[in-house]
Amino acid sequence: MKLIIEILRQKDRTSEPYRQTIAYEALPDDTVATLLNKLNAEPALTDTVGAPVGTIHWQCSCLQKKCGACAMRINGTPRLACDTKLGEFIKGRLCLEPLRKFPTVRDLIVDRSVMMDNLRAIGNWLEQPAVQTEKAAQLCYDASRCLQCGCCLEVCPNFTADGSFYGAAAFVPASKVLSQLKKENRQNLPQNYRKNIYSGCGKSLSCQDICPAGIDVEQKLVNSNAVAVWKRFFKASQ
Amino acid sequence: MSISIIGAGLAGLSAALTLAEQGVACNLISAQASERAQSVMAEGGINACLDTMGENDSIENHFDDTMRGGVFLADPNAVWGLCRNAPAIVKRFYDLGVPFPVNEKGIVQRSFGGQKKKRTAFVKSSTGKMLMTSLIDEVRKYEARGLVTRLPHHRVQALHIQNDICSGVTVTDSFTDKSVPLPGSVILACGGMNGLFEGMTTGTTQNTAELAALCLENGVELANLEFIQYHPTTVGISGKRLLISEAARGEGGRLFVERNGKPWYFMEEKYPELKNLMPRDVVSAEMVSVVNMPDCGGQVYLDMTGIGMDVWNTRLSDLREQIMHYLDIDPVKKPVPVSPGIHYFMGGIWVDEAHRTSVKHLYAAGECACQYHGANRLGGNSLLGAVYGGKTAAQTALNEGKEAGDAPALKTPEPYFEATPRFRASVSQILTRYLPILRNETELKQALHELDLLEKTAQNPADVRLLRLAQAVAGCALFRKESRGSHRRTDYPETDSACQKQTVVKHNEIFYRDIPELKNHEADN
Ligand SMILES: Cc1cc2nc3c(=O)[nH]c(=O)nc-3n(C[C@H](O)[C@H](O)[C@H](O)COP(=O)(O)OP(=O)(O)OC[C@H]3O[C@@H](n4cnc5c(N)ncnc54)[C@H](O)[C@@H]3O)c2cc1C
Ligand code: SF4
Ligand code: SF4
Ligand code: FES
Repeated sequence: MKLIIEILRQKDRTSEPYRQTIAYEALPDDTVATLLNKLNAEPALTDTVGAPVGTIHWQCSCLQKKCGACAMRINGTPRLACDTKLGEFIKGRLCLEPLRKFPTVRDLIVDRSVMMDNLRAIGNWLEQPAVQTEKAAQLCYDASRCLQCGCCLEVCPNFTADGSFYGAAAFVPASKVLSQLKKENRQNLPQNYRKNIYSGCGKSLSCQDICPAGIDVEQKLVNSNAVAVWKRFFKASQ
Repeated sequence: MSISIIGAGLAGLSAALTLAEQGVACNLISAQASERAQSVMAEGGINACLDTMGENDSIENHFDDTMRGGVFLADPNAVWGLCRNAPAIVKRFYDLGVPFPVNEKGIVQRSFGGQKKKRTAFVKSSTGKMLMTSLIDEVRKYEARGLVTRLPHHRVQALHIQNDICSGVTVTDSFTDKSVPLPGSVILACGGMNGLFEGMTTGTTQNTAELAALCLENGVELANLEFIQYHPTTVGISGKRLLISEAARGEGGRLFVERNGKPWYFMEEKYPELKNLMPRDVVSAEMVSVVNMPDCGGQVYLDMTGIGMDVWNTRLSDLREQIMHYLDIDPVKKPVPVSPGIHYFMGGIWVDEAHRTSVKHLYAAGECACQYHGANRLGGNSLLGAVYGGKTAAQTALNEGKEAGDAPALKTPEPYFEATPRFRASVSQILTRYLPILRNETELKQALHELDLLEKTAQNPADVRLLRLAQAVAGCALFRKESRGSHRRTDYPETDSACQKQTVVKHNEIFYRDIPELKNHEADN
C-alpha cells in the first residue's frame, strides 16, 4: 500500500521543528515501529520534494507493548508505535509527532525524565516489608504493569512537565505502594500523594481509555484516595 | 572509591541496591530507563527451591537440574551459590511487594522446562515486570538519599583498560552528546547480545552487543559464545520473534506435529519423564528433526486447548491476551503454530565465581556475563542469575575497591560511534543463516568467509568491533568440535568429554579453559 507519512522533525533540543512528508510503499501488517526501522534502513531515502530524509530518531526496546519506549503522537493520539498497525491508515495519511508534554530531544524522542523525578519526589517506595493481602493482589499486579510511557500525561488537562501535579503516571505506581503500607508505618507517600495528586486531579479521567497497557486507571485513583486521603489501609489477611 | 554500573535491568538494579544498602554510592548508567530493560519482558518465572508444593524439593535438586540442563559446562561452585541463595532472593521480592500467589506453605510454584520439581515462582506470565517494578521502587529510595545516581539515557563510549586493569568508563549522554568520564570500578550489566541477530530474537532492540564488542577489542576475555539458546515456542511478528512462554507448557501445553493426518505428540512419546518440559535445547532440536521428516506436516503446533479455564484465568490471562492480540488465535480453542527462535545468550563476558572479569576492577553480571547456565539455560534461572550475579558482582567490587584507592583522571576517548544499521543488518544476516540450531564446519567456515568480505564495507570503528565479535561467535562454534546443549554440530553429533571445558576468546585467539572443581559445600548447610 502507498502510504503518505508526515513526520514532525527536530534536529536537537533548541532548533526549530519542521515537517517532512515521505511517500512509501508499506505493508498493512507492519507496525509504525517496523516502518520507522525500514525507513531508517533505506540507503538514500528522499521526501516528496526530493530532500534527503536521513536517520529518523525515535526510541524503542521491546517491540511488543511491554516497555513504553515508543510512545508518540500518531495522528494526534498518544500511542505505542509498536502496537499500531499501518493497515489503519490505508485511506489517509500517517502523521507522527513527538509527545508534546515533554521537551523534544530530537525528532520523535522526548525527555521523560520528569516522570522518574516525580516518583522520587512523592517517595514512591516502601520503608517496611510489604503487607500483602489477597484483596489487593490484583490491584498490585495491575498497577505494577505501568509502562511509564507517558500517554496518560499527554492527554491530562492538568499535567505539565514543570508543574506540581503528577498525574496518572504517578498515581498508578503509587496505588501499589499505598496498598502495601501499614497504617502505623511512617512514610511521606500518603502526604505527598494528597499534595501532588489528589488536590490537583480534576477527575475528568481523560487518562482512563488512553493507557496502552489497558490499566484500569480509575480504579487505581479510587484505591489510592481511599488509603492516602481517607486512611482506609488494606489489612493483612492472616 | 567510585563504582559505575552499566545497565539498569535486574542485574544492574540488584548491584546498585547491594551497594546502596551498605551505604556505598554508585552511578547507574543505562541506554534507556529501567522500565525499558529486557528484564521487564520476562514472563514465566524465577526459580528457587521453596518447597511449597509438597514435592520434597531441595537445593541439591535445583543444583543438579541446573548442572545437567547446562550439560556440565557451568562453574559448579557458582551454581551452588546461585541455588543456595535463591530462596532468600525470592522471599525478598515478596517483601518488596511482588504479588506472588501464595498457598498455605508459601509462594506457589509452577513446573518449568528441565526441572523435575515445581520450582518456578511466578506472577501470571508477567514475572519480570513485577520483579522490576518492585526493585525500581526500592532503588528509588536510595536515589532520593543520594546513594544511587542515575544516568538514564547514556551509552558507553569507552572502557579505560590498560595492562588488564580497568580505571573507569566514559559514557555519552544520547540526549546531548556530552561525554561523562566516570573513574573507578565498573560493573557491566548490559544484557544479552541481541544486536548480533537483529530482528531475530525475542528480546529488546536496546541490547546491541556493542559493549561485548568493546570488551573484545580491549582484551577482556569472552567465553562460550557458541551457546545461543533457541526457545522452542516463538512466532515471527512485525520486526521480531514473539515468545510464547514456557509457562504454557508448564501449565499443560503440548507440542505436536501432523503425522499421517493425525497429531503426533512427539515429545511425550520420545521423553516419557519430562515430556514437553525437556530442556529447551532438546525440544528445539527435536522440533527441527520432526518438521523435516517426510511423513510429518512441516509445522509444529503448541496445543494449549487442554488447559483448564481456571488456570487460564488465574495464571495465564496475560499470555492468552498476548496471543489473541498478536496472532489472532484464541489458544483456549486452537493450537498455535510455533517454531524455535533466538532467546538467550549463555555465553558472554567471562567471569569467575565472584563475577570478576579477566580485567582487574571490571566485573560483569546478568545476561552479558557467561555464568551459571553452561551449554543451555533452564527457564527461570536467568532472572535468578541476574539478581544473584548483580549482588555478587557488587559485593566483590566493593571488597576490591577498598584496596584500589582513588582512581586517576581518565584520558579523553575517541568520539562515540554506533554501528551503522546496514552493516549491522549484514552481520545479522550472516550469523542467522550459518548459526542455526544445527551447525556444521562447511557452513561455519562460509560464515567466517562472508564476514571477512564484509570488512571492507565497515563505515566506522563500531562496525569493525561488531564484526570482530561476530567472527568470535562463529569462530567459537567452529572451534567446539562436539555437540553439547544448544551447540549442535551435524558433523560432530556426539558429546565429547574432552570438550567439557569453557571456550575462551581473547582478541582473536580461541582456547579451552578447565572448569573449576566442585568445592566441598557441606559447611554451607
Ligand atoms: C520475552 C522474554 C521472556 C523471558 N522470560 C524469562 C523468564 O520467565 N525467566 C527467566 O529467568 N528469564 C527470562 N528471560 C530472560 C531474562 O529476561 C533476561 O535474561 C534478564 O532479564 C537479563 O537481565 P539483565 O539485567 O542482565 O539485562 P537487561 O534487563 O537486558 O538490561 C540490560 C541493561 O543494559 C543497558 N544497556 C545495554 N547496552 C548498553 C550500552 N551500550 N550502554 C549503556 N547501557 C546499555 C540497557 O539499557 C538495560 O538497562 C526472558 C527473556 C525474554 C526476551
Ligand atoms: S483524571 Fe483527569 S486530571 Fe486526573 S490524572 Fe486523569 S486526566 Fe489528569
Ligand atoms: S498509566 Fe498507562 S498511560 Fe500512564 S504511564 Fe502507565 S502505562 Fe502509560
Ligand atoms: S517498543 Fe516497547 S512498547 Fe513499543
